[in-house]
Amino acid sequence: MNAVFYMASAVAVLTTLLAITRREAVHALLYLIVSLLAVALVFFTLGAPLIAALEVIVYAGAIVILFIFVVMLLNLGNAARTQERVWLPKGAWRAPGALALLLGGLLLYVLKQESRWMPVDRVVDVKEVARALFGPYVLAVEIASVLLLAGLIGAYYLVWRGPIRRPGRRD
Amino acid sequence: MQNAMSMILVAATGPWAAKTVAERASESLDTSLWAVAAYMVLALLAVVVLVTLLGLVLIYAERKIAGRFQCRVGPMRVGPHGLLQTVADTFKLLLKEDIIPTRADQAMHLLAPFLCMGATVLIIAVLPYSPTMQILDLNIGVLFVTAVSGFGVMGILLGGWSSNNKWSLIGAMRSGAQIISYEISATLALLVVVLFAGTMSLRGIVESQEAGWWIWRAHGVGLISFIVYLIASTAEINRTPFDIPEGESELTAGFHAEYSGLRFSFFFLSEFINMFIVSALAATLFLGGWMPFHIGGWTTFNNVMGLIPPSLWFAGKNLFVIFVIMWFRWTFPRLRVDQLMRLEWKILLPIGFANLMAASLVVLSNFYFFPGK
Repeated sequence: MNAVFYMASAVAVLTTLLAITRREAVHALLYLIVSLLAVALVFFTLGAPLIAALEVIVYAGAIVILFIFVVMLLNLGNAARTQERVWLPKGAWRAPGALALLLGGLLLYVLKQESRWMPVDRVVDVKEVARALFGPYVLAVEIASVLLLAGLIGAYYLVWRGPIRRPGRRD
Repeated sequence: MQNAMSMILVAATGPWAAKTVAERASESLDTSLWAVAAYMVLALLAVVVLVTLLGLVLIYAERKIAGRFQCRVGPMRVGPHGLLQTVADTFKLLLKEDIIPTRADQAMHLLAPFLCMGATVLIIAVLPYSPTMQILDLNIGVLFVTAVSGFGVMGILLGGWSSNNKWSLIGAMRSGAQIISYEISATLALLVVVLFAGTMSLRGIVESQEAGWWIWRAHGVGLISFIVYLIASTAEINRTPFDIPEGESELTAGFHAEYSGLRFSFFFLSEFINMFIVSALAATLFLGGWMPFHIGGWTTFNNVMGLIPPSLWFAGKNLFVIFVIMWFRWTFPRLRVDQLMRLEWKILLPIGFANLMAASLVVLSNFYFFPGK
């Protein structure tokens, strides 16, 4: 199981990098999906099959599909690719890359200090997750639902065309 | 003879000793690795054979049923009663040229049919066909099925986009919108059964229906969610009356307009296998899966029903639901896009939510027909 964990993590890191660097938006999104699938596999090896399935349903199955949908709607062509090249010249990578490397090093350092970190060797049940969500974390669940409600109202406002006008009259 | 009969009776009516191929494989993991490999090869072979057979049988059945509905006889020329027609068509498809449009995104165009097919085949592995015929039982079975089936839309979207053809693109986008919308209703309907059974494992759900099938055990709640599931999943697999993604009269063929030969047959086959999966799920969750039809107290009747092997029960229920879905296709006209969206968001979704609440009330008050255990 450890080997699977490390392999999936490597795939996740690699495909995330590819998702950032691809010029074609749809290819980048495909790599993002592979990365999400790899993260789901990581969750699975850590003993959380429910979270793994939710990762696939919510992120890979719904959210990224919507991203792809929007990219298809815009139907970006060659112009978008050249624009991407202009916006992201080779030198632009240096500063963010250095910062990311620094952060990655810090993360490794912290993980090394924290010796309590260990892989879970038991499977977390669906019921256990539900109890945790509606027990100690109920406030967080409610706050998340308020956030989603705000998004819903925003989307409704954006497509709302005011009171219905009579057909044939335009002003 | 007498002894054998009683043994069959015990096997058929006694407690179900269910065991999956994965469990057998993990049991023999300590003793020999060859046995594990043999189990894996066996499972793979079974899936391949099942997919091939289903393709042949379902396409033949669709043609014959379509023929009967339109007062024709259907295929009659190749083989007795046209039985070999699908085989002949398969050969024709395999021998056809595999065309990739010049301006298409080649890699994506090649990948898309396999994504579609892969999502379909993965589900076949977790379905319980009988107590001893199941490849793998996940404790998140229902969730796994929704996750993987939602993933099949990737293949359709990619196929439509990579063809570089406006009809393909429009078909793919319609399909994406439709599948994501109707997935919600289908999942809500499945959740009702998860609530009743108290488990997400498909085997656990079948075993929880020993006292009675969920479709009629819960005062109409199960029946409503069965109907919602049937409608929503017919839309999810893009079949008429919800086949606007490939509406021939407007989009030539929708997302697979640019596909030919083997790759087209992958899309085509995965559509039929999806129909099998949808009806297998309906049979498993609402119609008791491989559980025989029992009536409480009628011992003789129950014993006779128990003589029919569980795999036949599963196949029978499955074929019934498949027939209903085919019946839909040759009865209803195609919906418009706006009608399609209205049906989901304004009718099915509210019904699904109300039904889920009613189901939780039923579960809380433990108010079932046939209390059983």
